[in-house]
Amino acid sequence: MEKTMNLTLRVWRQKNRLDVGKFVEYKLENISEDSSFLEMLDILSEQLVEGGHEPVAFDHDCREGICGMCSMTINGVPHGPEGGITACQLHMRHFHDGQIITIEPWRAKPFPVIKDLVVDRTAMDKIIQAGGFITGRAGSAVDANAMPIDKQTADYAMDAAACIGCGACVAACPNASAMLFTAAKVAHMNSLPQGKAEKNRRSLAMVTTMDGEGFGGCTNIGECEAACPKGIPLDMIAQLNRDYALAQVKNFFQPVL
Amino acid sequence: MNLDSKIPEGPLESKWSSHKFNMKLVNPANRRKYHVIVVGSGLAGGAAAASLAEQGYNVSCFCYQDSPRRAHSIAAQGGINAAKNYQNDGDSVKRLFYDTVKGGDYRAREANVYRLAEVSSDIIDQCVAQGVPFAREYGGYLANRSFGGAQVSRTFYARGQTGQQLLLGAYAALSKQIGLGKVKMYNRHEMLDVVKVDGHAKGIIVRNMISGEISKHAGDCVVLATGGYGNVFFLSTNAQGCNVTAAYRAHKRGAGFANPCYTQIHPTCIPVHGDQQSKLTLMSESLRNDGRVWAPKDKETAKQIREGKLNANDVPEDARDYFLERKYPSFGNLAPRDISSRAAKEVCDDGRGIATTGLGVFLDFRDAIARDGKHAIEERYGNLFEMYECITGDNPYETPMMIFPAVHYTMGGLWVDYNLESTIPGMFVGGEANFSDHGANRLGASALMQGLADGYFVLPYTVGNYLGEQGVAAAGQVTTDHPAFAEVEADVKGRIDKLMSINGTESPRSFHKRLGNIVWEKCGMARSKAGLEEAIQEIQALKKEFWENVRVVGDADSLNPELERAGRVADFLEFGELMCRDALMREESCGGHFRVEHQTDDGEAKRDDENFTFAGVWEYKGDETVPALHKEPLIYENVKLVTRSYK
Repeated sequence: MEKTMNLTLRVWRQKNRLDVGKFVEYKLENISEDSSFLEMLDILSEQLVEGGHEPVAFDHDCREGICGMCSMTINGVPHGPEGGITACQLHMRHFHDGQIITIEPWRAKPFPVIKDLVVDRTAMDKIIQAGGFITGRAGSAVDANAMPIDKQTADYAMDAAACIGCGACVAACPNASAMLFTAAKVAHMNSLPQGKAEKNRRSLAMVTTMDGEGFGGCTNIGECEAACPKGIPLDMIAQLNRDYALAQVKNFFQPVL
Repeated sequence: MNLDSKIPEGPLESKWSSHKFNMKLVNPANRRKYHVIVVGSGLAGGAAAASLAEQGYNVSCFCYQDSPRRAHSIAAQGGINAAKNYQNDGDSVKRLFYDTVKGGDYRAREANVYRLAEVSSDIIDQCVAQGVPFAREYGGYLANRSFGGAQVSRTFYARGQTGQQLLLGAYAALSKQIGLGKVKMYNRHEMLDVVKVDGHAKGIIVRNMISGEISKHAGDCVVLATGGYGNVFFLSTNAQGCNVTAAYRAHKRGAGFANPCYTQIHPTCIPVHGDQQSKLTLMSESLRNDGRVWAPKDKETAKQIREGKLNANDVPEDARDYFLERKYPSFGNLAPRDISSRAAKEVCDDGRGIATTGLGVFLDFRDAIARDGKHAIEERYGNLFEMYECITGDNPYETPMMIFPAVHYTMGGLWVDYNLESTIPGMFVGGEANFSDHGANRLGASALMQGLADGYFVLPYTVGNYLGEQGVAAAGQVTTDHPAFAEVEADVKGRIDKLMSINGTESPRSFHKRLGNIVWEKCGMARSKAGLEEAIQEIQALKKEFWENVRVVGDADSLNPELERAGRVADFLEFGELMCRDALMREESCGGHFRVEHQTDDGEAKRDDENFTFAGVWEYKGDETVPALHKEPLIYENVKLVTRSYK
């Protein structure tokens, strides 16, 4: 037989961007330990709707840990205490009967709360728009095998490219820094031979935009790495700092931005 | 309804190149005078929006997610096919074409499929140029694997995250154009209707999901790349937000809907655990390269496993039925999706299913680990095994995985001609939202190929051709001041007001679940005349009940997930009926469509080529009127229709 549990939830409710917001407590009963965390929230929603109340708004979509849409801090940890997974991959078997669970939105100045647990993360898109691409117009490419890339480099690029852009790194950082996010994209593209042509411009433009969007600086705390559901390593920030410094020097003599 | 497929004249091999040559071109300096609306930001929509903007057109792109990077293309795991023949194992454009037509059980249009195979190589080139980190061999060249029933290794992949990496490539290209101001991106906007002016699609009505504001958008043409309708089943591997609304609204405005009954049930998903479940999770088909699918030979053993009295590892070899290997010796565990799913269903119907519900079979890596070592298996599938353990709490290195089929992809969609233009002139449809390339069953690693083919290499030509034909004098002439926009906007608002005012007692989610149960039971893996007729009755009753008793809490002018779901469920209810009608009409079994009345003595699908070699296209005739069926005959000049055999 499947095991069930009763829970107390403390959930952040905020009507809109301007509302002050507060924690509201809810009781839930008979939650299956096989349910996912978001399924538990679905049950809460149905319970609220039944009573004529508005359900808790939260972002979610693929529910298989890859789209990066779900974004909530559970008991003080972005995506919850398990580590290495997104909130949608968290299952109730990691909680126990009678537990109090606190659920909040991402807390960071560049991520204003839209409603309840939903925040606005367009600032991250803007960082990508500034330079997180390798220009390759459709139709202009040469044969894919024309440029061999050693496996080590390809694997490193893939490690970096695994970022899902959820923003947990920002939510976990006391400075609300987006360095891990930015570094992952820069590392992915700067490390590949295809990305070399735009390397300096990319490093400068993305960091400049990141600062402009109000993300804080990095002080090597490492909370981002711990919260990242895809295991993006802190080393990538070191790589970004190197690429950025080099780009600044080159930009001084031969401006690209 | 005009179903002229506009297949170009000439031999198959040169149709696309001669068609491209015959197209109208738009002078680069004039392109900036045009405005294209793209709905959806997945592989097809994102790639089309980026490519059209690169050419110089102004583009508005809409998605319901908070960022274009989150479209559900991102969840595809396994890979993307291309006829590169890098493995020197006999692949070619012709073979990919042939495999796709055969895999689709001869229900796809030859010319479209050939073009798909033809541009497949360009896609890989394009993606590599964008920095997509495909898997590579030590020598630095791209790696390939065999995938989903193919006998050549033509699948390119990026670990188990191929869809993610391809989508991020398209997203990067799109982001560049957003940064340059060529694409205006509308995140968290949902398309609720299409606007026609003089019969041509010239705009859309959208709802801002944050503010609730309804707005009108005009363009010179509209591209829909809004994905499939798998969520009509409530439980599927689709993302929660995937819906049929954009496609169905277009259908109600005159776009023919083709083959809605062609739905793909994927064989390797994690079984359902209970009624609180919100979605099904797919385990990549690549697992079948090394995993062996089995169920106990006798019911008693299965019962003991279900009750937890017997461990799967303790079932002796001679008590196991490796049913795919037994039934399909030449393809074995790699038999195509429709065949594998049905075989698993048969086993469970026979009382030999496992998992607590009896709806599951094993996918066992014991032999592969003994043969290649745990390390090798970890290299290949490590992330998938982790994902499985995370969801189920079981370790697949030690106990066999449990799998069961689940709705995954929909081959049906809006009817389009060779130019991917629907029956509404000026409305193009790409990716899963159209019906064109996969016939009655899609092969593994072909969805990513089709989405990107449409987005990078087909739509940028055919949309340009349409705009060229309209002439530069027509560019930007239709604005939202045209009375047609106000009319459609009023319809949209009226519908929202109605949903908000019913004030019944049942939630939209509850209606969605009930609809899902009906279509899964009666229009799922096995369909019968009696069952489909019942389903139609039940859906009609449910629809009536919905409009009398749905309860939408909250308000219409703020973020309201309940209202969003209510609108989508309302469309799914109508669409579900259409799907059942199509399944009822198609008196044959083909691909993912299995009618129990039409099977061979050993339970295989039995096609009726004489009477059903056509695409069934439905025309909307009004809410209370039965839709009209039109037929596009499928003409096979290059492929001989044979019975698909994987034995």
